[in-house]
Amino acid sequence: MIREHMKPAIVSFLILTIITGILYPLSVTGIAQALFRERANGSWIYRNGNPIGSLLIGQHFDDPKYLWGRISSTSPVRFNAASSSGSNLGPTNSELIDAVKARIKALKTADPDNTSPIPVDLVTSSASGLDPHISLAAAYYQIPRVARLRGLSQDTVKSIVRTHSYNRFLGLIGEPVVNVLKVNLDLDSYKIDNNMNI
Amino acid sequence: MRKSQKAKSLFNLSIIGPAIIDSLKKLDPRHQIKNPVMFVVLVGSILTTGLYFQALSGHGEAPAGSILAISSWLWFTLIFANFAEAMAEGRGKAQAANLRRTRRDTPAKKLSNPSYGSSYEKVSATTLRKGDVVLVEAGDIIPMDGEVVEGVASVDESAITGESAPVIRESGGDRNAVTGGTRVLSDWLLVRISSNPGETFLDHMIAMVEGAKRQKTPNEIALSILLAVFTIIFLLATITLLPFSVYSVISAGHGERVTVTVLVALLVCLIPTTIGGLLPAIGIAGMDRMVQANVVATSGRAVEAAGDVDVLLLDKTGTITLGNRQAVAFIPNQDVNIKSLADAAQIASLSDETPEGRSIVVLAKKKYGIRERHIHELDAKFIPFTAQTRMSGVDLGDGRQIRKGSAEAIEDYVKKFGGSFSDDLKSNIEMISKNGGTPLVVAEHKHVLGVIQLKDIVKGGIRERFAELRRMGIKTIMITGDNPLTAAAIAAEAGMDDFLAQATPETKLKLIREMQSGGRLVAMTGDGTNDAPALAQADVAVAMNTGTQAAKEAGNMVDLDSNPTKLIEIVKIGKQLLMTRGSLTTFSIANDVSKYFAIIPAAFVGTYPSLKALNIMHLATPSSAVLSAVIFNALIIIFLIPLALRGVPYKPMTANRFLRNNLLVYGVGGIVAPFIGIKLIDMILAALRLVQ
Amino acid sequence: MNWNNVIQGLIFLATVILLAKPLGIYMARVYEGKPAGLNVLLGPVERWIYRLSGIHPETSMSWKGYAVAMLLFNSIGIVVVYALQRLQAHLPLNPMSMSGVTPDLAFNTAVSFATNTNWQSYGGETTLSYLTQMVGLTVQNFLSAATGMAVLVALIRGFIQKKVETIGNFWVDLVRSTLYILIPLSLILSIILVSQGVVQTFKPYEKVTLLQPVKNDNGTVVQEQVLALGPAASQVAIKQLGTNGGGFFNVNSSHPFENPTPLSNFLEVISIILIPAALCYTLGYMVRDKRQGWALLAAMLIIFIPCLWSCIYFEQQGNPLFNSLGIDQKATAFQPGGNMEGKEARFGIVNSAIWAVATTAASNGSVNSMHDSYMPLGGLIPMWLMQLGEVVFGGVGSGLYGMIAFAIIAVFIAGLMIGRTPEYLGKKIEAYEMKMASLMILIPPALVLAGTAVSVSLHQAKVSIFNPGPQGFSEVLYAFSSAGNNNGSAFGGLSANTPFYNIALGLAMFFARYWLAIPILAVAGSLSRKKIVPVSQGTLPTHTPLFIIFLIMVVLIVGALTFFPALVLGPIVEHLMLHHS
Repeated sequence: MIREHMKPAIVSFLILTIITGILYPLSVTGIAQALFRERANGSWIYRNGNPIGSLLIGQHFDDPKYLWGRISSTSPVRFNAASSSGSNLGPTNSELIDAVKARIKALKTADPDNTSPIPVDLVTSSASGLDPHISLAAAYYQIPRVARLRGLSQDTVKSIVRTHSYNRFLGLIGEPVVNVLKVNLDLDSYKIDNNMNI
Repeated sequence: MRKSQKAKSLFNLSIIGPAIIDSLKKLDPRHQIKNPVMFVVLVGSILTTGLYFQALSGHGEAPAGSILAISSWLWFTLIFANFAEAMAEGRGKAQAANLRRTRRDTPAKKLSNPSYGSSYEKVSATTLRKGDVVLVEAGDIIPMDGEVVEGVASVDESAITGESAPVIRESGGDRNAVTGGTRVLSDWLLVRISSNPGETFLDHMIAMVEGAKRQKTPNEIALSILLAVFTIIFLLATITLLPFSVYSVISAGHGERVTVTVLVALLVCLIPTTIGGLLPAIGIAGMDRMVQANVVATSGRAVEAAGDVDVLLLDKTGTITLGNRQAVAFIPNQDVNIKSLADAAQIASLSDETPEGRSIVVLAKKKYGIRERHIHELDAKFIPFTAQTRMSGVDLGDGRQIRKGSAEAIEDYVKKFGGSFSDDLKSNIEMISKNGGTPLVVAEHKHVLGVIQLKDIVKGGIRERFAELRRMGIKTIMITGDNPLTAAAIAAEAGMDDFLAQATPETKLKLIREMQSGGRLVAMTGDGTNDAPALAQADVAVAMNTGTQAAKEAGNMVDLDSNPTKLIEIVKIGKQLLMTRGSLTTFSIANDVSKYFAIIPAAFVGTYPSLKALNIMHLATPSSAVLSAVIFNALIIIFLIPLALRGVPYKPMTANRFLRNNLLVYGVGGIVAPFIGIKLIDMILAALRLVQ
Repeated sequence: MNWNNVIQGLIFLATVILLAKPLGIYMARVYEGKPAGLNVLLGPVERWIYRLSGIHPETSMSWKGYAVAMLLFNSIGIVVVYALQRLQAHLPLNPMSMSGVTPDLAFNTAVSFATNTNWQSYGGETTLSYLTQMVGLTVQNFLSAATGMAVLVALIRGFIQKKVETIGNFWVDLVRSTLYILIPLSLILSIILVSQGVVQTFKPYEKVTLLQPVKNDNGTVVQEQVLALGPAASQVAIKQLGTNGGGFFNVNSSHPFENPTPLSNFLEVISIILIPAALCYTLGYMVRDKRQGWALLAAMLIIFIPCLWSCIYFEQQGNPLFNSLGIDQKATAFQPGGNMEGKEARFGIVNSAIWAVATTAASNGSVNSMHDSYMPLGGLIPMWLMQLGEVVFGGVGSGLYGMIAFAIIAVFIAGLMIGRTPEYLGKKIEAYEMKMASLMILIPPALVLAGTAVSVSLHQAKVSIFNPGPQGFSEVLYAFSSAGNNNGSAFGGLSANTPFYNIALGLAMFFARYWLAIPILAVAGSLSRKKIVPVSQGTLPTHTPLFIIFLIMVVLIVGALTFFPALVLGPIVEHLMLHHS
């Protein structure tokens, strides 16, 4: 019985490997590169013609004048896009509480006057360690600090945040978010524009 | 064997006594291993007993007293299960003892030559072998099952059938089978022995009621597999709790690992001991109910198959209709007065002692006031029915010759004298046939007087019986030698679903095979030798005890009452057997939910005090929680013995409704009952301060 | 429960139910060899494969022949994936110069992908070359899924056929599943995913200059970010559709390059249960009684929906330990709130929980959030869904044949309760079928419980545990629940890439897959030989609400009774400790 199935098994395995393992990914790549070249290659963001990051991959910010993102648990460096990872801390793990407390402390240190409750996504790790987004609440929480440190009005910062916020798909699916890297890039360029105006 | 036994209470002292002793004897591991579920309980009982002695020596995992309490209730669980089995067997044994009494070692007169008058030697019945011929005379007991080869005798078969009226046994024909243990009342018989010692009908019955030869039925095997799987799953779930507990203690930093005693208790509570313990009793009790219905089955498989029957084939004559037809109308020819037809018909039937003949006389008297005359006062000569002439009648002293018979026979008869059938008569004959009747033509010499309409009389109440079968999902088919017209009319009148007309042994066999290849399970009742091939082919074949040896051998059940509608009882018993197993399985598994809530918090509350929240029954202490669950688990077996022995009641209704009802009782009930039971036991234990 | 959660949950369920019928009909037509729409295009390819491989598509196999063909084909897959990983350093398409994979990890991954488990002991972007991902893993994603579907189709034939000795041709079922069903769906899905930003490129990893330099763990300042790339979209599409779940990247579909937007997330999560749900309809269509298919789908949904709401509920409640820290966990128009640890901002609570429940109900195992960081009861639900035996949708093919095994047990008990030898879909269920079905419900719990027991007793296994307390126990229990039911989902804290776990979990996956598939083929063979019993008044209907509820009870009671003690010592006690102390 084994012998009679040997040839079909080996030959069909080879053919199906060629179809599903080579032809299929190659055709997807071909179509993708033709139709969505920029997306298929990583959705790069450029500044002065140089790639500064990806629209989809977060970067670490702990400078108080930038909008901060989610906590990243990648190693050896945060937001390591070559080795994604979550924290995997359980809900009762004391390390989780310590990490949360540390983030709260950092936020309070950067902006001692802010007494409003801190949005939860700002003190917790993302799943991928590369989350490019924060919730609108987390962005709004940081506006007073960023505005103050950059000498901008809160409305200006808020409008920048608004520009880079995304609503739910069709208003229904997903969660509204703000792209941290894009906001920070705009914040930096806003400063440059202002300086040039002076 | 009498039906009065049915009324006997389930718990008869003469049965309980020996049953208690038997239930202790059955603790033998060689007996327990046959039932994997209960074997696990045995191992657990032995293990906890060992732990008790270890605790006595001062190195125990828990106080000796609490181990002893659990251990003893585990032993009780086993004993209760054994008791259920012993009870069922005890009831069987009592019946077997009755039967055995009829099997005293009877002397037999073994003939040297199989002919009446040849010399015989007196031997013991046990030395007889198949093929031997014995002489049985008035007052003798028939030594073994056999066939009458010569002679006619009245036989008292009450020992087997419980029917006190003697029956006639004679050679040839359909009444030639005799049963060992019955007594010849008059005349004599030459009997050819048809079975070796130990294989007789009586032996079958004894073996069956004693459960000695009980093989597991297919469904029982399938259920045993399922129960074994549940047992293995729970074995794994409890054994692995030991390392889980050790890990949890290390991880929590306090508490002690769960004790082996508690794990054994948990295991025994979880595995399906209720059904496992009662399973043998249910099977034995099912066979017992068959015997009480006066049916002997050759295998449990047949009883179980009876529950699945979806087509039932029944012989018309004697089953659906009374064995004989009755005259219901006289239809005279145009030029004949109806009274003279009635008169002629009556005279022709005066000496006809067949039921048909009697019914003609009765009809003539009842409807036309013609008084019954005696044949002698008419100076008449009776011409009996013969196979050649196919008619009967009288030749009167005044020279009148009156004949009655089938249309063909009378037509030949009148033609001989130059007479003929009118068209009118022919259409009358056809009309009677079409309506399911039989025409009997009456003629005087060459003059045809008219037709007597004979009709099959459908037995009273039979329509309702078939309606009940239909509600059970069983289709009924009538088998008859009649022409299709007559058959259709009778089938309709009796409320049957279908019929097979002009049946021969070949067409019967063909019908059964067709049904079976269509996926149907066919039951059939029969008594004649010509039924044997069809009986052998049918899935459930009930032979009448009055039937021939060939029919009995071809069937897989024999109805001692020779009641063709007994199949309804048989189907019910078959279904009850399955239902009792199914319901108790559901009950057993449903019980586990509450047992978890009793034992799990108790077992781990030392390690994780928060688990107190799971003690939703608020049981007094961890040890009383465990003990209460174990006690409940043991006692429920005792409580359910009556149900196991009587069976879950069966009523014909749609499968869906039936399932819903039983699920509510045994499924939902199975979840709720132990919550109440365990709580009650716990309250009693706490009140009596029996546990810490 | 806020409106956002309810609406998103309902949209998800409605889409699945709406798509089940058309796809179900399409698949039935494919398996029955009827024109299904793509025959003009793919028919010649199909025939060409048969000709070249020496396959005689009209020859039907005995169940043993079918099983041998299936095992042989799957073993070739295991060997090839193993070899590709070991030798990847010497093979092309390895732009990041990944070295050869260790033997135990290679074994684990090979078995994992051939068995449709797709447990990730490896980290995609740090371990595997593009070639291994494509020619090894992507191929197995297709073929293991097709194998599961083939076995299911063989079983369905067992119900349709009467009095025959054969159950169909494995090669035909395999090739048709791949060619007509999996490839077209994957092609469509992968292009849409690319449009959302899922990467599909053969370029090596890219470097960018960071906007704000960052210190690494050693205190060194890092100026650049390296972004892992690769042909991800083509693999992500099939990993979702084929209930595979092994991610292109380490963090699977929470990685923004695998699942960048709410739309990509919606399509991916729909794809998880699309084929398993549609196969229910295929079953009804093929046995010529659509009610039977709907009944099984209804049973699955009735278990699924409460699990879904509970998981959303527990996660939305948030972590009580955060309450005293001045953290806002309430859901508002501006934030999802709830337990956001290990979740992506764009998915929030509801999309993470839908995914967690869908991926464990179906034996997919991909994640878009980290289950180890779920609240105790939020994490219990995915774990329990796996422990139910992967029959609530389950793997493509394997989920439905697992559910049919439960249905066999259910009709058996129900049949006894109404006093009739049970029938299912017109076939009598007897001791042989019971034996095989029993084996199927016995093996996964045995693997899970025994594996967990050994692991929590061995030192070398205990050191892999990451979180303390009952959560640590849950990690091990979750790992074996996942492997022993061919799911592949993980409580990521457990460091499973050790020789012990690679081998133990590899063996669990192997036995869970083939020790279930072989008995089901035996059942298919035995059913094929039987006559079809016509429906009569005494037949228990298996499409009624009552039977559906009874089937659910059997699934739940077996699942609950087997794992209740273990779950008490893991998530349940952790929940109680969190809320009662």
